[in-house]
Amino acid sequence: MTMDGRPSPTRDPLLKVENLVVEYSVGGRTVHAVSGVSLEVARGETLGLVGESGCGKSTLGRAVLQLRRAQSGQVLFDGEDLTAMQGETLRKMRRRVQLIFQDPIASLNPRRRIGDIIAEPLVIAGVDDPKERERLVHEVLTAVGLDPSLVMGRLPHEFSGGQCQRICIARALVLNPEFIICDEPVSALDVSIRAQILNLLEDMKSRFGLTLLFIAHDLAVVKAVSDRVAVMYLGRLCEVGPSEQVFAHPAHPYTALLIEAIPVPDPDVRPAESVAVGEPPSPLAPPSGCRFRTRCPRADRRCSEEMPELREVAPKQFVACHHPLIAGA
Amino acid sequence: MTEPALLSVEAVAVDLPTPRGNLRAVDRVDLSIGAGRTLGIVGESGCGKTMLSRAILQLLPKKAKLSGRVMFDGQDLVRLDPEALRKLRGRSLAVVFQDPMTSLNPVLTIGTQLIETLQEHLELDGPAARIRSAELLAAVGIPAPEQRLAQYPHQLSGGMRQRVAIAVALSCEPKLLIADEPTTALDVTIQAQILDLLAREQRRRHMAMILITHDLGVVAGRADEVAVMYAGRVVEQAPTSALFKNMHMPYTEALLAAIPKIDAAPHTPLPAISGRPPDPTRPMEGCSFSPRCRHAAGQCYREKPALVAAETLDHRFACFHPIQLAAGACA
Repeated sequence: MTMDGRPSPTRDPLLKVENLVVEYSVGGRTVHAVSGVSLEVARGETLGLVGESGCGKSTLGRAVLQLRRAQSGQVLFDGEDLTAMQGETLRKMRRRVQLIFQDPIASLNPRRRIGDIIAEPLVIAGVDDPKERERLVHEVLTAVGLDPSLVMGRLPHEFSGGQCQRICIARALVLNPEFIICDEPVSALDVSIRAQILNLLEDMKSRFGLTLLFIAHDLAVVKAVSDRVAVMYLGRLCEVGPSEQVFAHPAHPYTALLIEAIPVPDPDVRPAESVAVGEPPSPLAPPSGCRFRTRCPRADRRCSEEMPELREVAPKQFVACHHPLIAGA
Repeated sequence: MTEPALLSVEAVAVDLPTPRGNLRAVDRVDLSIGAGRTLGIVGESGCGKTMLSRAILQLLPKKAKLSGRVMFDGQDLVRLDPEALRKLRGRSLAVVFQDPMTSLNPVLTIGTQLIETLQEHLELDGPAARIRSAELLAAVGIPAPEQRLAQYPHQLSGGMRQRVAIAVALSCEPKLLIADEPTTALDVTIQAQILDLLAREQRRRHMAMILITHDLGVVAGRADEVAVMYAGRVVEQAPTSALFKNMHMPYTEALLAAIPKIDAAPHTPLPAISGRPPDPTRPMEGCSFSPRCRHAAGQCYREKPALVAAETLDHRFACFHPIQLAAGACA
């Protein structure tokens, strides 16, 4: 792994999720959070994962890290199946994969000093020399744009949301991971701070040669940082493809709906009236066939009977729809 | 505009005592809105937009000190007695908050909450109020309204709850609706539906609306006029199209530029605003945006720029180094 640039992309994806199913029970009923999702993230790539709340995107992120165990399916990281790992082997592997959460303030222990918060992963990883730990903490704080001498001795409440997110990013970077899962890292931040953090993530990605899974509900934010996007609806993937291609020519009616719903900061662009129909059904009882059919203007009988599988409709663009918006090959 | 404003906020200031000293949340704001019009108030967290809306509603925290006048429909709300205010709020002055769970009572059914409002303000009898409640739920797009009346807020999704909160707010045909970040907690597809609903009901009722948001994208297609707030003050205000086409305040420009654009190529660096908003307990001498502004120079650090008129009287900005200003326009 290089410090000075992106590692050269190899043919093997760094992360490969295969037919992952995550279900859990709530009051005796089963939540179908992730229902057979397969995706790949190449080394040095950023894959954006978008969808509305409750679509299973965060559960998917946690299942990759084995913070929530999958019912079936595989999570191959650098060729090794994380779902088969336990105890120390899994802990060792987790050093290579880190997670950044949505609420930066809530994910920092309010009673610990910043220096200790960032050093903790090092302690767990067995870096025993305090001097060495301090050196690494210094380095990583400087990298995220904070002054170590001003920051290390202070407590999380003394910082703003944007600064706390910088601290969380520093904590995620301190073990020099290869892969970072960012779960809505900017949705709790103000517009002006959001841009700073997005730029910082991009900067860190190229500097530390990272691969990112970037989970968010805001398509414009996802597009700003992602090479490819995966659109998720009620536990299943609707569409996967290169960002520019998907945004310019969405193939799934749900992707098109998400794009149309983004408010455009231009008074000449009249908001499209009622592009969105209804709300997502409950993941306790997902519709038969295509899960989007209850909100889809193109749905017919086939959609309720037959579950659409992902298929390639344009180079590298895959869609799970019986009636895609672009004619397939 | 020849008709008198429905609401005019005159030199309103709000001070909050905090352990760290006095916090000036709203700093001498003047705004007005005519009947049936929409005013967008845009700003980041802590800029005072919510405190301003609370000052209009006379719902400030007990310790807060309010000065200035809030003229609504010919009366100064600041001087109104609590009973008259209570009658006015909910009747001709209504509000929708960001989190519908905080404005709905979790232990009362939706029906009880709607019926109570209608009986209190419109003096309808029980059966009439019940019929009207179901009609209101249908009007805000809630399927099976009769059954919903018997449900509790926690049984509904976030989007449905916000529809209920809007139904409660609209129930007494208010003249002014204050919508404080009404869609921030919602998904983007639901946001579009709720904003459409507000716009439709507003047109139908000829109701004025103040739409408070942190997202310039939300006000762009929906407000007649926009006021941008920063550190407790209005720093630019204009009819929406004039503001977007010809913004003068560097903060407005920076705020717009910082939004990721859907048509930009991936990995395009965003023009971020460096630093962060000032500490409101430490008043600054100069322009409060000056530490983050790339146009700032000498005078900006010493004096506060006043809100002055630009090309037209209804476009005002507070800046010593305005951008894109036609020569000789500054009043």
